[in-house]
Amino acid sequence: MVERSEAEQDQPSYNPRIVAFCCNWCSYAGADLAGTTRVQYPPNVRIVRVMCSGRVDPAFVLKAFTLGADGVIIAGCHPSDCHYINGNEKTATRGDFLSEFLEEAGIESQRFRVEWIAGSEGQKFAEVIRGMVSDLEMLGPVAQEVA
Amino acid sequence: MSENKLVGAVLVIGGGPAGMQAALDLADSGFKVYLLESTPSIGGTMSQLDKTFPTNDCSMCILSPKLVATGRHENITMLTHSELKKVEGEAGNFKVTLTRHSRYIIEEKCTGCGVCAEHCPIEGTSAFDRDMAPERAIYVPFPQAVPLIYTIDRGLCIGCGICERFCEAEAIKYDMDPDIEETIDVGAIILAPGYDVYNSSKKVMYGHGAFPNVLSNIEFERMLSASGPTEGHVIRPSDGDVPKKIAFIQCVGSRDAQTPNTYCSSYCCMAALKQAVIAQEHVSGLKTTIFFMDTRAFGKEFEEYLHRAEGEYGVRMFRNNRISKVQEDPGTSDLMLSFIDGADINEESFDLVVLSSGATPPESSKALSKSLGMNMNKFGFCETDELAPVDTSVPGIYVCGAFSGPKDIPDSVAQASGAAGRAAALLADERDTLVTKKEYPEEKDVTDREPRIGVFVCHCGINIGAVVDVPKVMEYASELPGVVYAEANLYTCSQDTQKKIREMIDEHDLNRVVVASCTPRTHEPLFQNTVKEAGLNKYLFEMANIRDQCSWVHRLEPEAATEKAKDLVRMAVAKASMLEPLPQPKIPVTPAALVIGGGLSGMTAALEIAKAGYEVHIVEKEKELGGHLRDIYHTLAGVSPQETLAELKKDLQDHKNIKIHLGETVEEVRGYIGNFESTLKGGEEIKHGAVVVASGAVEYEPNEYLYGQHPKVIKQTDLGKMLANGKFDAKSVAIIQCVGSRNEEHPNCSRICCSTAMANALRIREVSPETSVYILFRDIRTFGFAEENYNEAARQGVTFLRYDPASPPTVSADDDDVVVEVDELFIEETITIRPDYVVLNAGVHPNPDNKELAQLLKVPRTKEGFFLEAHMKLRPVDFATDGIFLCGLAHSPRLIDESISQALAAAARVNTILSKPFIEAEGVVSVVDQDKCIGCGRCEELCEYGAPRLEEVSPGVFKARVNEALCKGCGSCVVECCSRAIRSKHFRSDQIITMIEAALADDDEEREAKA
Repeated sequence: MVERSEAEQDQPSYNPRIVAFCCNWCSYAGADLAGTTRVQYPPNVRIVRVMCSGRVDPAFVLKAFTLGADGVIIAGCHPSDCHYINGNEKTATRGDFLSEFLEEAGIESQRFRVEWIAGSEGQKFAEVIRGMVSDLEMLGPVAQEVA
Repeated sequence: MSENKLVGAVLVIGGGPAGMQAALDLADSGFKVYLLESTPSIGGTMSQLDKTFPTNDCSMCILSPKLVATGRHENITMLTHSELKKVEGEAGNFKVTLTRHSRYIIEEKCTGCGVCAEHCPIEGTSAFDRDMAPERAIYVPFPQAVPLIYTIDRGLCIGCGICERFCEAEAIKYDMDPDIEETIDVGAIILAPGYDVYNSSKKVMYGHGAFPNVLSNIEFERMLSASGPTEGHVIRPSDGDVPKKIAFIQCVGSRDAQTPNTYCSSYCCMAALKQAVIAQEHVSGLKTTIFFMDTRAFGKEFEEYLHRAEGEYGVRMFRNNRISKVQEDPGTSDLMLSFIDGADINEESFDLVVLSSGATPPESSKALSKSLGMNMNKFGFCETDELAPVDTSVPGIYVCGAFSGPKDIPDSVAQASGAAGRAAALLADERDTLVTKKEYPEEKDVTDREPRIGVFVCHCGINIGAVVDVPKVMEYASELPGVVYAEANLYTCSQDTQKKIREMIDEHDLNRVVVASCTPRTHEPLFQNTVKEAGLNKYLFEMANIRDQCSWVHRLEPEAATEKAKDLVRMAVAKASMLEPLPQPKIPVTPAALVIGGGLSGMTAALEIAKAGYEVHIVEKEKELGGHLRDIYHTLAGVSPQETLAELKKDLQDHKNIKIHLGETVEEVRGYIGNFESTLKGGEEIKHGAVVVASGAVEYEPNEYLYGQHPKVIKQTDLGKMLANGKFDAKSVAIIQCVGSRNEEHPNCSRICCSTAMANALRIREVSPETSVYILFRDIRTFGFAEENYNEAARQGVTFLRYDPASPPTVSADDDDVVVEVDELFIEETITIRPDYVVLNAGVHPNPDNKELAQLLKVPRTKEGFFLEAHMKLRPVDFATDGIFLCGLAHSPRLIDESISQALAAAARVNTILSKPFIEAEGVVSVVDQDKCIGCGRCEELCEYGAPRLEEVSPGVFKARVNEALCKGCGSCVVECCSRAIRSKHFRSDQIITMIEAALADDDEEREAKA
């Protein structure tokens, strides 16, 4: 921890920007619960609410990276908890494809995550954000040639 | 009107959460409702609370939408500041005389602007703030009051005429008659007058009223509230210092033989835990200590809350304590308590003491019982029967909430729906005779109009405003493209702001509205309705979540939180400028219900729905109806439920509207609210408009304490059976509590076991007075009036031995005998018993079938496996998915009367759907552009709801079309469509991309500027 804070003092501060697509029923509710229970997490995330994680077009993820996002999260209901039966299964399949695709394009795997966060998991939502922020702080900005 | 004619209207007395719920359910089921409230605003005690357990929800945040919904319901007439005078008539047709106290304000003229109060020179104290804050002689009880109309307190007012001069609306009228009598005709009456908080200054030894740093729980609640007398700052009234140590004394005016209130007030333990946790969140480094007699955390997920309070927050807890007195150090105003710690007596000083004051019958109870003639119990609460928990002794008059006994909010709300259901069944033939249909103004045509966006930024008291710089966000919003108006509000959800939004829409010709406040999950419908009332399509509204997902989670980073709030507003405004009006198709409703589970809850719900005039299919997997009730021989009150069960079965079998499916299970459920189609295992197809889940629970099969290995170790239900059959014969019995409850695997309390242990112990004393009865317990949780049974058991010599879960009792075999050893906590000694029976009070566990059922219905469960309702406080029997409800043990462990209340509630909630000819569908659906569609059929293959179907548009040419009534709007098909022919309304790709752009816009320059 000490090392990190010294390093931070030397360099201009790097505030990674995260776009999170959250499904209305579980993950967005989980993010709300983090608030209701006052769990604190870094203010680096901007949530886009969708009804189902299955609505998240891979194009949205690519668009976010193109526009300068340092990290992108697609968050949905846990497997078999999907409010729309199996929208999240489609998310999982697309997520696998996207991860591979992004890595091939030179975007590190830590920059893109598919997470299952329940409406009762405010703490988990906060942990996911904390984890990604710390990963991105290690990685630094997306390499110029990729962006 | 002839004497015998039924009247399709109901009078609800009391405007707290119970009264409001009863009023809303009835009004939504086609009945005219009069809501009588003695104070100037509805809201009840809940409106005074800061937070609610076990979710720590902001009380006003969840209540406010209900206040507004009640206040603006076209079928509810609010009669606030009024009292009941006289009732004549009988069930179905009562003539009610009311006294309407004058506010000395012309209600129709008052705008609630508050200029009068600003200028009023006379200051009294606010009853709402428990006299801890000043209030003018012309006042509203609290800022979110509904109706938002001022009232003059003529006891204080000196008649100077200043307010009259300043009132531009000319609403003030000093010479009004003080009281006006009114008569109304109603078919039924629902009593929900709530309770009063015990006046703890009567317990002089605690010094409330004498020592400034002794507060009652409700006073402390106001202190914790951001809109309370100290704006949420926890201070010592004596010197304004921030306390470092707070003690909570439980059972003040409850469980107390020195007062008439020997019952348990049911909610104070959880309220104290909540207050301790919240206070520690308010004051860093604060230490809280609670002195309990027993920790009564018996509700759904309450025990886990207790664990969090103890483990995560470090709240100190001492059990077995009734604090005898509070002593004040006159120099410091510190407070000294002596208490029991194991076998020792300790003394400790505290900066502030909070008295957990219990519930007493409301002041109005005597007058009510006199005018209505219903029976009251010996404590002055309304008497009810265990098997008819919302019926009073007078036909046509029902009761709910704390008036029939102390209880928490969800139980009150469930009873309220239950009482509404009973009234609706009584008046079923008069449905829709006295109601009016809500008319919205014609929707303005906004097509081809440039966006004119209005942004409303909420302070939410200090919830947002203390972290996020709201004026700055508002100013920022006003400069965003398309925004023509922006303002900041103290509470954007309050009725006065709703009015303001409507006015601003008109004044500035707004065609899109953005509210930056809390979460759309709770508040979007409220604001959508507001814009609809101003002539805008409800989908021309967007929210930015700057509280739950910003100010609350970045409390220590106000600048970053403000930047984030600006981004969130920018995203919402960007989307708003691309919003389009969406039509809402009307979906017809199949007036039938499917009830899953044929136990007490399922049968009760089925019968009540049938009585309201709808077809019911009840599906039971066993070959017989009855569920657990078949094994219960005595209720707590000592009545045999077998007779009731037989009657209930007969009623169900005889009812023309009910079809019973025994030995059946539901295989498949298709469809949606109003239009379900289910297939039973046997192949039968059922069409229905709503579903009730009453799948019950199971009794734990213990694997501890030699159960199943030694014949003398039995379960509580076996003991009950033995007592009922007259086969009980024992010299001594040791009953062990919390077997399979409150442990790691099943962390929560099973709620019913303490009460049943008392009932059985008393039965033993009755049939076999010589038998010694030992109850080995952790906490006795005989909440409410069941405390009487505990007292009686103690009086009759039942021995209570408290054990520590860390060293539980041991049961060992000594040939035919069993030996029980227990380390008793109070005397700190090991006690050995050689009983004839060891009775295990096995916990209530979730039905293992719940998992499959949850998947079938697409509804959630708790971690433990009970079903999870839409909201723990205010929607106790609703699932988040429309049209599906739950009740009884499927919800959580509960007593017979509580299961019945919930079952009646589920029935009433079902009635709100089945009573309508059609439901307005949501506009968020997918739509296919057939010009682009290549007819590949991928969407049809993919959709679980069967919404997209290929249709032959011309010979041999197939194109997909989405059935709007079936589409749930998830948008999965949009992503999967290879020809990009499907559009997801309200979540269009261009709308989402504009939000991504907005989220990431400008950021570079800003970051560079900062660096």
